[in-house]
Amino acid sequence: MNGPQTLAAAGVLRTRMGAFWPGQRAVFRGRDLHRELRDSDWLALYVYGVTGRHFTPPQLKLLHAIWVITSYPDTRLWNNRVAGLAGTVRSSPTLGLAAAIAVSEATIYGGGAGLRAYDFITRAAAAVAGGADLREFVSREVASRYLYGYGRPIHRNDERLAWLAQVAEEQGFGSGKHFRLAFEVGKTLAAIGRPNLRMNYAGMVAPLGADLGLSRREFQLFRVPLFFAGMPPCWLEAADKPEGTLFPTPCDKIAYEGVAERPWRK
Amino acid sequence: MSPAASEPRLSDVDPADVVHTRIWREVAEPDNPFATRAAYCRGYDVFGQMAGRARWVEMMFLLFRDDLPGNAALDTLEALAVALANPGPRDPSVHAAMCGGVGGSNAAASLMAALAVGAGRHRGARDVFDAMTAWQACGTDVAAWTDHVRRDTRAEVDVWPPRERPPGFDPHGVSTPTPVRQLLATLAAIAATPYLSWLAQHRQDLEAALGLPLELSGVAAAALSDLGFTPAEGEMLYLLLRLPGAAAHALEQEKLGYKRFPFYPVELADDPAAEETP
Repeated sequence: MNGPQTLAAAGVLRTRMGAFWPGQRAVFRGRDLHRELRDSDWLALYVYGVTGRHFTPPQLKLLHAIWVITSYPDTRLWNNRVAGLAGTVRSSPTLGLAAAIAVSEATIYGGGAGLRAYDFITRAAAAVAGGADLREFVSREVASRYLYGYGRPIHRNDERLAWLAQVAEEQGFGSGKHFRLAFEVGKTLAAIGRPNLRMNYAGMVAPLGADLGLSRREFQLFRVPLFFAGMPPCWLEAADKPEGTLFPTPCDKIAYEGVAERPWRK
Repeated sequence: MSPAASEPRLSDVDPADVVHTRIWREVAEPDNPFATRAAYCRGYDVFGQMAGRARWVEMMFLLFRDDLPGNAALDTLEALAVALANPGPRDPSVHAAMCGGVGGSNAAASLMAALAVGAGRHRGARDVFDAMTAWQACGTDVAAWTDHVRRDTRAEVDVWPPRERPPGFDPHGVSTPTPVRQLLATLAAIAATPYLSWLAQHRQDLEAALGLPLELSGVAAAALSDLGFTPAEGEMLYLLLRLPGAAAHALEQEKLGYKRFPFYPVELADDPAAEETP
Protein backbone atom coordinates (compact mmCIF):
# COMPACT_ATOMS: atom_id res chain seq x y z
CA MET A 1 0.00 0.00 0.00
CA ASN A 2 1.21 3.52 -0.68
CA GLY A 3 0.85 6.37 1.83
CA PRO A 4 -2.73 7.49 1.20
CA GLN A 5 -3.93 3.87 1.05
CA THR A 6 -2.24 3.19 4.38
CA LEU A 7 -4.00 6.17 5.91
CA ALA A 8 -7.37 5.40 4.31
CA ALA A 9 -7.30 1.87 5.75
CA ALA A 10 -6.69 3.19 9.26
CA GLY A 11 -10.11 4.69 9.99
CA VAL A 12 -10.97 1.88 12.41
CA LEU A 13 -9.19 1.38 15.72
CA ARG A 14 -7.73 -2.12 15.42
CA THR A 15 -6.24 -2.86 18.79
CA ARG A 16 -5.02 -5.56 21.13
CA MET A 17 -4.80 -3.16 24.06
CA GLY A 18 -8.41 -2.78 25.05
CA ALA A 19 -11.80 -1.22 24.58
CA PHE A 20 -15.03 -0.63 26.43
CA TRP A 21 -18.61 -1.41 25.56
CA PRO A 22 -20.82 1.21 27.21
CA GLY A 23 -23.21 -0.34 29.68
CA GLN A 24 -21.51 -3.74 29.40
CA ARG A 25 -17.82 -4.30 30.00
CA ALA A 26 -14.24 -3.16 29.51
CA VAL A 27 -11.20 -5.11 28.34
CA PHE A 28 -7.66 -4.29 29.46
CA ARG A 29 -4.94 -6.01 27.42
CA GLY A 30 -6.87 -9.22 26.91
CA ARG A 31 -8.40 -9.34 30.40
CA ASP A 32 -11.89 -8.34 31.51
CA LEU A 33 -11.12 -5.33 33.69
CA HIS A 34 -13.99 -5.79 36.10
CA ARG A 35 -14.24 -9.59 36.23
CA GLU A 36 -10.50 -10.34 36.35
CA LEU A 37 -8.60 -7.26 37.40
CA ARG A 38 -10.92 -5.28 39.67
CA ASP A 39 -8.93 -6.16 42.81
CA SER A 40 -5.60 -5.35 41.23
CA ASP A 41 -3.10 -3.18 42.98
CA TRP A 42 -2.90 0.05 40.96
CA LEU A 43 0.81 -0.25 40.20
CA ALA A 44 0.33 -3.90 39.23
CA LEU A 45 -2.32 -2.81 36.73
CA TYR A 46 -0.08 -0.01 35.51
CA VAL A 47 2.89 -2.26 34.77
CA TYR A 48 0.57 -4.85 33.23
CA GLY A 49 -0.63 -2.08 30.94
CA VAL A 50 2.96 -1.19 30.11
CA THR A 51 4.30 -4.70 29.60
CA GLY A 52 1.37 -7.08 29.12
CA ARG A 53 3.02 -9.20 31.79
CA HIS A 54 2.06 -9.91 35.36
CA PHE A 55 4.66 -9.33 38.04
CA THR A 56 5.18 -11.36 41.22
CA PRO A 57 4.49 -9.87 44.68
CA PRO A 58 8.23 -9.37 45.41
CA GLN A 59 8.69 -7.68 42.04
CA LEU A 60 5.74 -5.40 42.73
CA LYS A 61 7.10 -4.55 46.17
CA LEU A 62 10.36 -3.50 44.56
CA LEU A 63 8.58 -1.46 41.89
CA HIS A 64 6.49 0.22 44.58
CA ALA A 65 9.62 1.02 46.56
CA ILE A 66 11.24 2.61 43.51
CA TRP A 67 8.32 5.05 43.34
CA VAL A 68 7.91 5.57 47.07
CA ILE A 69 11.52 6.20 48.04
CA THR A 70 11.86 9.19 45.72
CA SER A 71 8.48 10.78 46.41
CA TYR A 72 9.68 14.04 47.95
CA PRO A 73 7.11 16.74 48.67
CA ASP A 74 9.79 19.45 48.55
CA THR A 75 8.36 22.34 46.55
CA ARG A 76 11.80 23.69 45.71
CA LEU A 77 12.53 20.79 43.37
CA TRP A 78 12.07 22.04 39.82
CA ASN A 79 9.32 19.63 38.82
CA ASN A 80 7.50 19.91 42.15
CA ARG A 81 7.85 23.69 41.99
CA VAL A 82 5.65 23.63 38.87
CA ALA A 83 2.91 21.98 40.93
CA GLY A 84 3.43 24.51 43.73
CA LEU A 85 3.41 27.49 41.37
CA ALA A 86 0.15 26.16 39.88
CA GLY A 87 -1.27 26.14 43.39
CA THR A 88 -0.11 29.64 44.28
CA VAL A 89 -1.62 31.14 41.11
CA ARG A 90 -4.84 29.20 41.73
CA SER A 91 -4.54 27.02 38.64
CA SER A 92 -6.25 23.64 38.66
CA PRO A 93 -4.49 20.75 40.40
CA THR A 94 -4.69 18.57 37.30
CA LEU A 95 -3.00 21.18 35.15
CA GLY A 96 -0.28 21.74 37.70
CA LEU A 97 0.37 18.07 38.31
CA ALA A 98 0.29 17.14 34.63
CA ALA A 99 2.79 19.87 33.85
CA ALA A 100 4.96 18.78 36.78
CA ILE A 101 5.04 15.22 35.44
CA ALA A 102 5.86 16.50 31.94
CA VAL A 103 8.71 18.58 33.35
CA SER A 104 10.04 15.48 35.12
CA GLU A 105 11.13 14.07 31.77
CA ALA A 106 14.32 16.11 32.11
CA THR A 107 17.89 15.62 31.02
CA ILE A 108 19.96 16.14 34.18
CA TYR A 109 17.47 14.23 36.33
CA GLY A 110 14.23 12.30 35.87
CA GLY A 111 13.11 10.64 32.67
CA GLY A 112 16.03 11.42 30.40
CA ALA A 113 18.67 10.62 33.00
CA GLY A 114 16.88 7.39 33.92
CA LEU A 115 16.71 6.27 30.32
CA ARG A 116 20.39 6.98 29.73
CA ALA A 117 21.32 5.20 32.96
CA TYR A 118 19.37 2.17 31.71
CA ASP A 119 21.15 2.37 28.39
CA PHE A 120 24.55 2.53 30.09
CA ILE A 121 24.09 -0.37 32.48
CA THR A 122 22.53 -2.66 29.87
CA ARG A 123 25.33 -1.89 27.42
CA ALA A 124 27.88 -2.49 30.16
CA ALA A 125 26.27 -5.84 30.96
CA ALA A 126 26.24 -6.83 27.31
CA ALA A 127 29.87 -5.79 26.91
CA VAL A 128 30.99 -7.74 29.97
CA ALA A 129 28.97 -10.77 28.85
CA GLY A 130 30.77 -10.48 25.53
CA GLY A 131 34.12 -10.67 27.24
CA ALA A 132 34.95 -6.98 27.56
CA ASP A 133 36.99 -5.72 30.49
CA LEU A 134 34.77 -3.60 32.73
CA ARG A 135 37.55 -1.17 33.62
CA GLU A 136 38.27 -0.51 29.96
CA PHE A 137 34.58 -0.18 29.15
CA VAL A 138 33.94 2.28 31.98
CA SER A 139 37.08 4.29 31.19
CA ARG A 140 35.99 4.61 27.58
CA GLU A 141 32.48 5.66 28.58
CA VAL A 142 33.71 8.29 31.04
CA ALA A 143 36.07 9.69 28.44
CA SER A 144 33.53 9.82 25.65
CA ARG A 145 30.27 10.98 27.19
CA TYR A 146 28.39 12.11 30.29
CA LEU A 147 27.94 9.04 32.44
CA TYR A 148 24.33 8.75 33.59
CA GLY A 149 23.65 6.82 36.78
CA TYR A 150 26.75 8.08 38.54
CA GLY A 151 27.40 11.50 40.02
CA ARG A 152 24.67 13.85 41.18
CA PRO A 153 24.47 17.48 40.14
CA ILE A 154 23.10 18.62 43.48
CA HIS A 155 24.95 16.48 46.03
CA ARG A 156 27.50 13.67 46.05
CA ASN A 157 25.63 11.36 48.36
CA ASP A 158 22.29 9.94 47.35
CA GLU A 159 20.31 9.29 50.50
CA ARG A 160 17.84 7.03 48.70
CA LEU A 161 20.25 4.29 47.75
CA ALA A 162 20.60 2.47 51.05
CA TRP A 163 16.83 2.25 51.43
CA LEU A 164 16.22 0.98 47.93
CA ALA A 165 19.11 -1.46 48.14
CA GLN A 166 17.60 -2.81 51.35
CA VAL A 167 14.24 -3.42 49.68
CA ALA A 168 15.98 -5.02 46.71
CA GLU A 169 17.87 -7.37 49.01
CA GLU A 170 14.77 -8.18 51.08
CA GLN A 171 12.75 -9.01 48.00
CA GLY A 172 15.43 -11.23 46.53
CA PHE A 173 16.93 -9.01 43.85
CA GLY A 174 20.32 -8.41 45.43
CA SER A 175 22.07 -10.84 43.14
CA GLY A 176 20.58 -9.51 39.93
CA LYS A 177 23.09 -9.28 37.11
CA HIS A 178 22.66 -5.58 36.40
CA PHE A 179 22.25 -4.65 40.07
CA ARG A 180 25.57 -6.26 41.00
CA LEU A 181 27.28 -4.82 37.97
CA ALA A 182 26.13 -1.33 38.96
CA PHE A 183 28.15 -1.61 42.18
CA GLU A 184 31.13 -2.95 40.26
CA VAL A 185 30.93 0.09 38.02
CA GLY A 186 30.93 2.31 41.11
CA LYS A 187 34.07 0.62 42.42
CA THR A 188 35.67 0.86 39.00
CA LEU A 189 34.98 4.59 38.82
CA ALA A 190 36.72 5.07 42.16
CA ALA A 191 39.63 2.92 40.99
CA ILE A 192 40.15 4.96 37.82
CA GLY A 193 40.25 8.21 39.73
CA ARG A 194 36.62 9.33 39.50
CA PRO A 195 35.49 8.90 43.11
CA ASN A 196 33.02 11.78 42.80
CA LEU A 197 31.02 9.74 40.32
CA ARG A 198 29.13 7.81 42.95
CA MET A 199 26.02 5.87 42.09
CA ASN A 200 22.86 7.97 42.06
CA TYR A 201 19.20 6.96 42.18
CA ALA A 202 18.93 6.47 38.42
CA GLY A 203 22.08 4.37 38.65
CA MET A 204 20.31 1.96 41.00
CA VAL A 205 16.78 2.07 39.56
CA ALA A 206 17.95 1.35 36.01
CA PRO A 207 19.74 -1.95 36.77
CA LEU A 208 16.82 -3.07 38.92
CA GLY A 209 14.46 -2.34 36.03
CA ALA A 210 16.73 -4.28 33.70
CA ASP A 211 16.88 -7.20 36.14
CA LEU A 212 13.08 -7.22 36.22
CA GLY A 213 13.12 -7.73 32.48
CA LEU A 214 11.81 -4.29 31.53
CA SER A 215 12.81 -3.21 28.07
CA ARG A 216 14.08 0.32 27.63
CA ARG A 217 10.67 1.56 26.50
CA GLU A 218 8.89 -0.34 29.27
CA PHE A 219 11.33 1.14 31.77
CA GLN A 220 10.67 4.65 30.42
CA LEU A 221 6.92 4.19 30.81
CA PHE A 222 7.25 2.62 34.26
CA ARG A 223 9.15 5.73 35.41
CA VAL A 224 6.51 8.26 34.28
CA PRO A 225 4.78 8.61 37.69
CA LEU A 226 8.05 8.14 39.63
CA PHE A 227 7.93 11.45 41.52
CA PHE A 228 4.17 11.88 41.39
CA ALA A 229 3.20 11.16 45.02
CA GLY A 230 5.34 14.08 46.20
CA MET A 231 3.61 16.59 43.95
CA PRO A 232 0.04 16.98 45.26
CA PRO A 233 1.26 18.20 48.68
CA CYS A 234 3.21 20.93 46.88
CA TRP A 235 0.11 22.12 45.02
CA LEU A 236 -2.06 21.79 48.10
CA GLU A 237 0.03 23.84 50.49
CA ALA A 238 0.61 26.59 47.95
CA ALA A 239 -3.14 26.70 47.25
CA ASP A 240 -3.85 27.01 50.97
CA LYS A 241 -1.50 29.95 51.47
CA PRO A 242 -2.36 33.50 50.29
CA GLU A 243 -2.38 33.70 46.52
CA GLY A 244 0.84 34.50 44.74
CA THR A 245 3.06 34.01 47.77
CA LEU A 246 5.13 30.99 46.66
CA PHE A 247 8.62 32.14 45.63
CA PRO A 248 7.59 35.66 44.62
CA THR A 249 10.46 37.34 42.78
CA PRO A 250 11.12 41.04 43.48
CA CYS A 251 12.51 43.08 40.59
CA ASP A 252 15.98 43.19 42.13
CA LYS A 253 16.23 39.40 42.20
CA ILE A 254 16.51 39.42 38.43
CA ALA A 255 20.18 39.75 37.51
CA TYR A 256 20.07 41.43 34.12
CA GLU A 257 23.13 40.74 32.02
CA GLY A 258 22.02 42.07 28.64
CA VAL A 259 22.37 45.16 26.50
CA ALA A 260 21.85 48.58 28.07
CA GLU A 261 18.67 50.60 27.83
CA ARG A 262 18.17 52.09 24.36
CA PRO A 263 15.41 53.94 22.50
CA TRP A 264 13.03 52.03 20.24
CA ARG A 265 14.17 52.41 16.67
CA LYS A 266 11.04 54.03 15.18
CA MET B 1 6.61 27.69 66.97
CA SER B 2 9.11 24.87 66.81
CA PRO B 3 12.41 25.61 65.13
CA ALA B 4 12.69 24.42 61.56
CA ALA B 5 15.10 21.65 60.72
CA SER B 6 18.47 22.92 59.60
CA GLU B 7 17.93 24.28 56.16
CA PRO B 8 19.00 21.76 53.52
CA ARG B 9 20.50 23.43 50.49
CA LEU B 10 21.87 21.97 47.30
CA SER B 11 25.63 21.84 47.50
CA ASP B 12 26.44 23.37 44.13
CA VAL B 13 23.65 25.92 43.75
CA ASP B 14 24.35 29.67 44.03
CA PRO B 15 22.77 30.74 47.35
CA ALA B 16 21.97 34.20 45.98
CA ASP B 17 18.67 32.88 44.59
CA VAL B 18 18.53 35.27 41.67
CA VAL B 19 17.38 34.67 38.10
CA HIS B 20 20.05 35.52 35.53
CA THR B 21 18.89 36.80 32.16
CA ARG B 22 20.03 38.89 29.26
CA ILE B 23 16.49 39.05 27.88
CA TRP B 24 14.54 41.05 30.41
CA ARG B 25 14.94 43.74 33.06
CA GLU B 26 12.30 45.22 35.28
CA VAL B 27 12.52 48.35 37.39
CA ALA B 28 10.32 48.39 40.49
CA GLU B 29 7.81 51.02 41.46
CA PRO B 30 9.21 53.07 44.37
CA ASP B 31 6.52 51.80 46.74
CA ASN B 32 6.67 48.09 45.85
CA PRO B 33 9.65 45.93 44.85
CA PHE B 34 7.20 43.42 43.31
CA ALA B 35 5.43 45.93 41.07
CA THR B 36 6.92 46.89 37.71
CA ARG B 37 7.50 50.55 36.87
CA ALA B 38 9.22 49.72 33.57
CA ALA B 39 10.07 46.51 31.72
CA TYR B 40 12.88 46.34 29.19
CA CYS B 41 13.34 43.64 26.55
CA ARG B 42 16.97 43.65 25.36
CA GLY B 43 17.13 47.28 26.47
CA TYR B 44 13.90 48.44 24.80
CA ASP B 45 11.12 49.86 27.00
CA VAL B 46 8.29 47.39 26.38
CA PHE B 47 5.33 49.34 27.72
CA GLY B 48 6.73 52.85 27.24
CA GLN B 49 7.93 52.50 23.65
CA MET B 50 7.47 49.09 22.03
CA ALA B 51 3.77 48.41 22.61
CA GLY B 52 1.88 50.20 19.86
CA ARG B 53 4.99 50.66 17.72
CA ALA B 54 6.69 47.27 17.42
CA ARG B 55 5.48 44.40 15.27
CA TRP B 56 4.71 41.16 17.05
CA VAL B 57 7.45 39.42 15.07
CA GLU B 58 9.94 42.06 16.21
CA MET B 59 9.15 41.12 19.79
CA MET B 60 9.55 37.45 18.89
CA PHE B 61 13.01 38.04 17.47
CA LEU B 62 14.07 40.17 20.43
CA LEU B 63 13.09 37.44 22.86
CA PHE B 64 15.57 35.13 21.15
CA ARG B 65 18.44 37.48 20.31
CA ASP B 66 19.97 40.81 21.25
CA ASP B 67 19.33 42.74 18.07
CA LEU B 68 16.54 43.10 15.56
CA PRO B 69 17.02 41.61 12.11
CA GLY B 70 16.27 43.42 8.85
CA ASN B 71 12.82 43.72 7.33
CA ALA B 72 13.23 40.65 5.14
CA ALA B 73 13.70 38.42 8.18
CA LEU B 74 10.73 40.03 9.91
CA ASP B 75 8.58 39.50 6.83
CA THR B 76 9.73 35.89 6.57
CA LEU B 77 8.84 35.07 10.16
CA GLU B 78 5.49 36.81 9.83
CA ALA B 79 4.65 34.91 6.65
CA LEU B 80 5.66 31.66 8.34
CA ALA B 81 3.55 32.51 11.39
CA VAL B 82 0.48 33.07 9.21
CA ALA B 83 1.06 29.78 7.40
CA LEU B 84 1.56 27.79 10.61
CA ALA B 85 -1.13 29.45 12.74
CA ASN B 86 -3.67 26.74 12.05
CA PRO B 87 -2.55 23.21 11.20
CA GLY B 88 -6.26 22.49 10.67
CA PRO B 89 -8.63 20.02 12.32
CA ARG B 90 -7.08 17.03 10.52
CA ASP B 91 -3.73 17.62 12.20
CA PRO B 92 -3.05 15.39 15.24
CA SER B 93 -2.15 18.37 17.46
CA VAL B 94 -5.42 20.14 16.69
CA HIS B 95 -7.26 16.83 16.99
CA ALA B 96 -5.80 16.56 20.50
CA ALA B 97 -6.90 20.10 21.36
CA MET B 98 -10.39 19.31 20.09
CA CYS B 99 -10.46 16.23 22.34
CA GLY B 100 -9.98 18.70 25.17
CA GLY B 101 -12.58 21.11 23.90
CA VAL B 102 -15.28 18.56 23.12
CA GLY B 103 -15.24 17.23 26.66
CA GLY B 104 -15.14 20.66 28.25
CA SER B 105 -11.54 20.37 29.47
CA ASN B 106 -9.68 23.44 30.66
CA ALA B 107 -8.36 25.87 28.07
CA ALA B 108 -4.81 25.13 29.19
CA ALA B 109 -5.47 21.39 28.98
CA SER B 110 -6.50 21.73 25.33
CA LEU B 111 -3.36 23.71 24.57
CA MET B 112 -1.18 21.30 26.58
CA ALA B 113 -2.72 18.49 24.53
CA ALA B 114 -1.88 20.36 21.32
CA LEU B 115 1.66 20.97 22.54
CA ALA B 116 2.24 17.35 23.57
CA VAL B 117 0.87 15.88 20.35
CA GLY B 118 2.39 18.63 18.24
CA ALA B 119 5.79 18.00 19.79
CA GLY B 120 6.54 14.72 18.10
CA ARG B 121 8.70 13.46 15.30
CA HIS B 122 5.74 13.01 12.95
CA ARG B 123 4.32 16.38 11.81
CA GLY B 124 5.58 17.96 15.03
CA ALA B 125 8.18 20.23 16.53
CA ARG B 126 10.73 17.47 17.05
CA ASP B 127 10.61 16.87 13.31
CA VAL B 128 11.54 20.54 12.86
CA PHE B 129 14.34 20.14 15.39
CA ASP B 130 15.64 17.10 13.50
CA ALA B 131 15.33 18.84 10.14
CA MET B 132 17.13 21.96 11.38
CA THR B 133 19.87 19.69 12.74
CA ALA B 134 20.08 18.13 9.28
CA TRP B 135 20.37 21.58 7.65
CA GLN B 136 23.21 22.38 10.05
CA ALA B 137 24.95 19.11 9.28
CA CYS B 138 24.30 18.84 5.54
CA GLY B 139 23.58 22.31 4.21
CA THR B 140 22.78 22.14 0.51
CA ASP B 141 24.71 18.94 -0.17
CA VAL B 142 22.20 16.32 -1.36
CA ALA B 143 24.66 13.46 -0.84
CA ALA B 144 25.25 14.64 2.73
CA TRP B 145 21.49 14.60 3.31
CA THR B 146 21.19 11.02 2.14
CA ASP B 147 24.13 9.98 4.32
CA HIS B 148 22.68 11.88 7.27
CA VAL B 149 19.25 10.27 7.12
CA ARG B 150 20.63 6.80 6.49
CA ARG B 151 23.16 6.86 9.33
CA ASP B 152 22.72 4.34 12.10
CA THR B 153 20.98 6.11 14.99
CA ARG B 154 20.33 3.02 17.09
CA ALA B 155 22.98 4.04 19.61
CA GLU B 156 21.30 7.39 20.25
CA VAL B 157 19.41 7.39 23.54
CA ASP B 158 16.56 9.81 23.64
CA VAL B 159 13.24 10.24 25.40
CA TRP B 160 11.71 10.53 21.93
CA PRO B 161 10.92 7.42 19.89
CA PRO B 162 13.51 6.81 17.19
CA ARG B 163 13.35 8.77 13.95
CA GLU B 164 11.70 6.68 11.23
CA ARG B 165 12.37 8.74 8.08
CA PRO B 166 14.08 11.87 6.77
CA PRO B 167 12.98 14.81 8.93
CA GLY B 168 10.83 17.40 7.20
CA PHE B 169 9.47 14.94 4.66
CA ASP B 170 6.05 13.24 4.55
CA PRO B 171 6.22 9.47 5.13
CA HIS B 172 2.73 9.04 3.67
CA GLY B 173 3.06 11.54 0.84
CA VAL B 174 2.89 10.88 -2.87
CA SER B 175 3.76 14.28 -4.30
CA THR B 176 4.54 17.67 -2.79
CA PRO B 177 1.26 19.25 -1.67
CA THR B 178 0.36 22.60 -3.18
CA PRO B 179 0.54 24.59 0.09
CA VAL B 180 4.05 23.27 0.71
CA ARG B 181 5.16 24.48 -2.71
CA GLN B 182 3.28 27.76 -2.28
CA LEU B 183 4.81 28.52 1.10
CA LEU B 184 8.28 27.59 -0.07
CA ALA B 185 7.95 29.87 -3.10
CA THR B 186 6.55 32.73 -0.99
CA LEU B 187 9.27 32.54 1.64
CA ALA B 188 12.05 32.09 -0.91
CA ALA B 189 10.84 35.18 -2.77
CA ILE B 190 11.15 37.44 0.28
CA ALA B 191 14.93 37.38 0.32
CA ALA B 192 17.85 35.45 -1.09
CA THR B 193 18.63 33.14 1.79
CA PRO B 194 20.92 30.11 1.86
CA TYR B 195 18.50 27.28 2.47
CA LEU B 196 15.08 28.48 1.28
CA SER B 197 16.48 29.75 -1.99
CA TRP B 198 18.34 26.54 -2.61
CA LEU B 199 15.38 24.41 -1.58
CA ALA B 200 13.06 26.30 -3.91
CA GLN B 201 15.39 25.47 -6.80
CA HIS B 202 16.46 21.95 -5.80
CA ARG B 203 13.43 20.60 -3.92
CA GLN B 204 12.82 17.87 -6.46
CA ASP B 205 16.45 16.73 -6.37
CA LEU B 206 16.33 16.39 -2.60
CA GLU B 207 12.94 14.67 -2.70
CA ALA B 208 14.18 12.21 -5.32
CA ALA B 209 17.27 11.44 -3.26
CA LEU B 210 15.30 10.90 -0.06
CA GLY B 211 12.32 9.21 -1.67
CA LEU B 212 9.65 11.32 0.02
CA PRO B 213 7.90 14.61 -0.69
CA LEU B 214 8.72 17.70 1.35
CA GLU B 215 6.37 18.55 4.21
CA LEU B 216 5.40 21.89 5.76
CA SER B 217 7.67 21.13 8.72
CA GLY B 218 10.56 20.85 6.26
CA VAL B 219 9.83 24.28 4.82
CA ALA B 220 9.55 25.71 8.34
CA ALA B 221 12.87 24.11 9.28
CA ALA B 222 14.63 25.67 6.29
CA ALA B 223 13.07 29.06 7.03
CA LEU B 224 13.89 28.99 10.74
CA SER B 225 17.46 27.93 9.92
CA ASP B 226 17.82 30.78 7.45
CA LEU B 227 16.53 33.16 10.13
CA GLY B 228 19.43 32.14 12.34
CA PHE B 229 17.50 30.18 14.92
CA THR B 230 19.07 27.13 16.52
CA PRO B 231 17.22 23.80 16.29
CA ALA B 232 16.11 24.20 19.92
CA GLU B 233 14.77 27.70 19.19
CA GLY B 234 13.10 26.48 16.02
CA GLU B 235 11.43 23.66 17.94
CA MET B 236 10.03 26.16 20.45
CA LEU B 237 8.80 28.54 17.75
CA TYR B 238 7.12 25.73 15.82
CA LEU B 239 5.26 24.71 18.98
CA LEU B 240 4.20 28.30 19.66
CA LEU B 241 3.23 29.32 16.17
CA ARG B 242 0.81 26.39 15.68
CA LEU B 243 -1.17 26.98 18.87
CA PRO B 244 -3.70 29.60 17.68
CA GLY B 245 -5.55 27.10 15.51
CA ALA B 246 -5.59 24.53 18.29
CA ALA B 247 -7.20 27.09 20.60
CA ALA B 248 -9.87 28.09 18.12
CA HIS B 249 -10.78 24.54 17.12
CA ALA B 250 -10.94 23.41 20.77
CA LEU B 251 -13.43 26.16 21.58
CA GLU B 252 -15.44 25.42 18.46
CA GLN B 253 -15.82 21.73 19.35
CA GLU B 254 -16.83 22.64 22.89
CA LYS B 255 -19.75 24.58 21.42
CA LEU B 256 -20.64 21.86 18.88
CA GLY B 257 -20.60 19.08 21.47
CA TYR B 258 -19.42 15.50 21.60
CA LYS B 259 -22.36 14.02 19.68
CA ARG B 260 -21.05 15.56 16.47
CA PHE B 261 -17.41 14.67 17.09
CA PRO B 262 -15.92 11.41 15.69
CA PHE B 263 -15.60 8.45 18.04
CA TYR B 264 -14.55 5.79 15.46
CA PRO B 265 -15.39 2.08 15.33
CA VAL B 266 -13.16 -0.38 17.13
CA GLU B 267 -12.04 -3.91 16.32
CA LEU B 268 -10.59 -5.58 19.39
CA ALA B 269 -8.27 -8.50 18.99
CA ASP B 270 -7.51 -10.52 22.09
CA ASP B 271 -11.05 -10.12 23.46
CA PRO B 272 -11.65 -12.50 26.38
CA ALA B 273 -15.37 -12.62 25.55
CA ALA B 274 -14.55 -13.94 22.09
CA GLU B 275 -12.42 -16.67 23.61
CA GLU B 276 -15.30 -17.71 25.85
CA THR B 277 -17.73 -18.07 22.94
CA PRO B 278 -15.83 -19.52 19.97
